[in-house]
Amino acid sequence: MDTVTTANSGDKVWGGGDNQPMGASYGKMMMWFFILSDALTFSGFLAAYGFSRFKFIETWPLADEVFTHFPFMHGNPQPMLYVAFMTFVLIFSSVTMVLAVDAGHQLKKDKVVLYLFLTIIGGLIFVGSQAWEWKNFIKGEYGAVETKGGSLLQFVDTEGHRVALADFAATLPEEREQLTRNKGRWFMDEATLPAYSVAEVQAGFKAHPNILVRTEHIDANKKKTVLSRSESELRLKDASLVVEGANLTRNEYGSKLFADFFFFITGFHGFHVFSGVVINIIIFFNVLLGTYEKRKSYEMVEKVGLYWHFVDLVWVFVFTVFYLI
Amino acid sequence: MSHAHVSNTKRIWTVFGLLSIITIVEVALGIAKPGFLHNNNLVGVNLLNWIFIILTLVKAYYIVYAFMHMEGERKSLQYAVIFPLIFLVVYLLFILLTEGDYVFEVFKNSTIKWNF
Repeated sequence: MDTVTTANSGDKVWGGGDNQPMGASYGKMMMWFFILSDALTFSGFLAAYGFSRFKFIETWPLADEVFTHFPFMHGNPQPMLYVAFMTFVLIFSSVTMVLAVDAGHQLKKDKVVLYLFLTIIGGLIFVGSQAWEWKNFIKGEYGAVETKGGSLLQFVDTEGHRVALADFAATLPEEREQLTRNKGRWFMDEATLPAYSVAEVQAGFKAHPNILVRTEHIDANKKKTVLSRSESELRLKDASLVVEGANLTRNEYGSKLFADFFFFITGFHGFHVFSGVVINIIIFFNVLLGTYEKRKSYEMVEKVGLYWHFVDLVWVFVFTVFYLI
Repeated sequence: MSHAHVSNTKRIWTVFGLLSIITIVEVALGIAKPGFLHNNNLVGVNLLNWIFIILTLVKAYYIVYAFMHMEGERKSLQYAVIFPLIFLVVYLLFILLTEGDYVFEVFKNSTIKWNF
């Protein structure tokens, strides 16, 4: 194939005609370069995560203590399993996508329809699973206390098992009304109040001598440090805030940046999956209408396939960085 | 298109099997966290994390080369996409992780307590 512009290719160049640099059609080559730039964007995010993690290497939350939910197994922590399921869903939808591309090469419309449909279903299951993961992350499970100096205290029993605030916090006869806009000036409101006040947590801690404070600090055995009872009492005096669940300001898992990166990176990836599903649906209808049958080329399926595989590729890295390492 | 349109179904399922096995191994290691891998370091990273990183790169290779069919593209396109990516990612990681570690040391050894 000539790489030099020839007279007979003149008006087809911009339509992806026969002038093909690097042997790929215009659309496919540009999809590759879009993927390259998007991959660099994600690399930037993940590298930023690495920067913050190295910066707080001694206090970073341990992933297998954070992501422990599995449907119908409440109260029975299952680290990794749910995210492994999500990974399989995405890999499998990648397989059905590549099967659709393969069927397209042979101009088998019915097969393309079937495999593309399965791909879309897989994408929807993944996005739904991610929403569920977010819900659990935002809601939190145990709750924690933040000190005046900004470090986070969690609670464990003498065997080292986590204890939820609800299990020991006292109920004091104190009333603290949530400030909402209709109670003060129109611009005055505050974040949702936690279920317990600092005083209630401190009183409950006094009443339960078997509860200890666990700090963010990771010890030589790569476990979080558990303080002695007297040290725990001392640390808890500095408590200033009760933290339940996660938001962009603070979270009950540890380092404040952890939740920010989790929301931002998995959110950005989830948005890619969502757009991928939308694009797949559009192409799915085009296949049904016979657009590519008439063109005698299913290259469009191949191009959206490239994007879909890229989404899977990014997830492989997000999975490693957030859940494994 | 330069490459012939023969069906690749067999290869697709082989690659799927391979990716599944790698993922299962990763998850099993992630749950078990064997002590001798988790507590021994090689160049500042523990052995378990080295395994995860290598397995992830193997997975990435198969996704790009088999599923995205990079192996069917011309060498010029392959290199045009992959070399900038590898170079920039390695550079970015090197520079940011070194800097992150430096900031950690500064915090750790400074006379001012920043988190208490």
